[in-house]
Amino acid sequence: MPASLAQVAQWLRADVLCCAHVLDRSITMCHGSDLMSDVLAFSHPNTLLLTGLTNPQVVRTAEVAGIYGVVFVRGKRPREVMVALAEEYGLPLMVSPYAMFDACGLLFSQGLRGWSLCGPGQRP
Amino acid sequence: MSAGLAPEGGEPEFLRAFDIQAGDFAGAGNVSIAVKNLLKELGFAPEVLRRAAIAAFEAEMNVVMYGGGGHMEVFIAPRAVRLVISDHGPGIPDLDLAMQEGWSTATPEMREMGFGAGMGLPNIKRNSDQLRITTAPGQGTRLQVDIFPR
Ligand SMILES: Nc1ncnc2c1ncn2[C@@H]1O[C@H](COP(=O)(O)OP(=O)(O)O)[C@@H](O)[C@H]1O
Ligand SMILES: [Mg+2]
Repeated sequence: MPASLAQVAQWLRADVLCCAHVLDRSITMCHGSDLMSDVLAFSHPNTLLLTGLTNPQVVRTAEVAGIYGVVFVRGKRPREVMVALAEEYGLPLMVSPYAMFDACGLLFSQGLRGWSLCGPGQRP
Repeated sequence: MSAGLAPEGGEPEFLRAFDIQAGDFAGAGNVSIAVKNLLKELGFAPEVLRRAAIAAFEAEMNVVMYGGGGHMEVFIAPRAVRLVISDHGPGIPDLDLAMQEGWSTATPEMREMGFGAGMGLPNIKRNSDQLRITTAPGQGTRLQVDIFPR
């Protein structure tokens, strides 16, 4: 079930760090990972990425993979340069106080799914 | 040069070259995003842009992490993109092994950035319609990635 980034921010009690004007974007899939090559391999264009990594490669990976928004879990904040980069790409970033498992669980309970449950032809 | 490129893709012509800096972890990925934007301006389909950007990004990360710097050249045909990513680094001693998912010689520093899962070369292959790799110990590595609209 799709959801807007604004709804995601509310469910995850997240602070929006940039690109607040595009929170009406609808995401159809979620991906929780700290492995950027996995994100590149398994994400679909309108995916929400949840990650515990806060280095600039996360923002570049998201831009390359066509990710719609990034949630940093357990309150980890990226540095200003990274936020500026995301702003340049038009990529919304948020910080949630929840840990990865709980953040993913909260979104799952709202009906969102990952690529292995809703990716085209990828159900195990 | 054009050997193997699908006829519908046409003969690719050189467009631009970008330098990739060795060990520049903070800037790694910028070349691939510049290439993606260049192809976007030229009007390539989103699906081609996405596959080109993913292949470029993984290859760029490898040049930064292992290749000791190098460059990325962009060739285009009306309906095809060719990326040539080359370095003069140590080369890949066993390419069959390196192509396997999960095989990696990444350092802890690289893993902390989210790379080093041994998925890069397989990701490049998955996103290419044709991939040619030339490498040998001490001879550097050259990847030729061809992408056609599907
Ligand atoms: N340009 C390169 N020069 C030298 N070695 C490379 C290069 N690219 C890849 N390799 C080798 O191949 C391995 C697998 O690469 P890859 O599939 O991208 O996975 P990863 O980067 O996660 O290790 C690397 O760990 C490295 O040993
Ligand atoms: Mg790699």
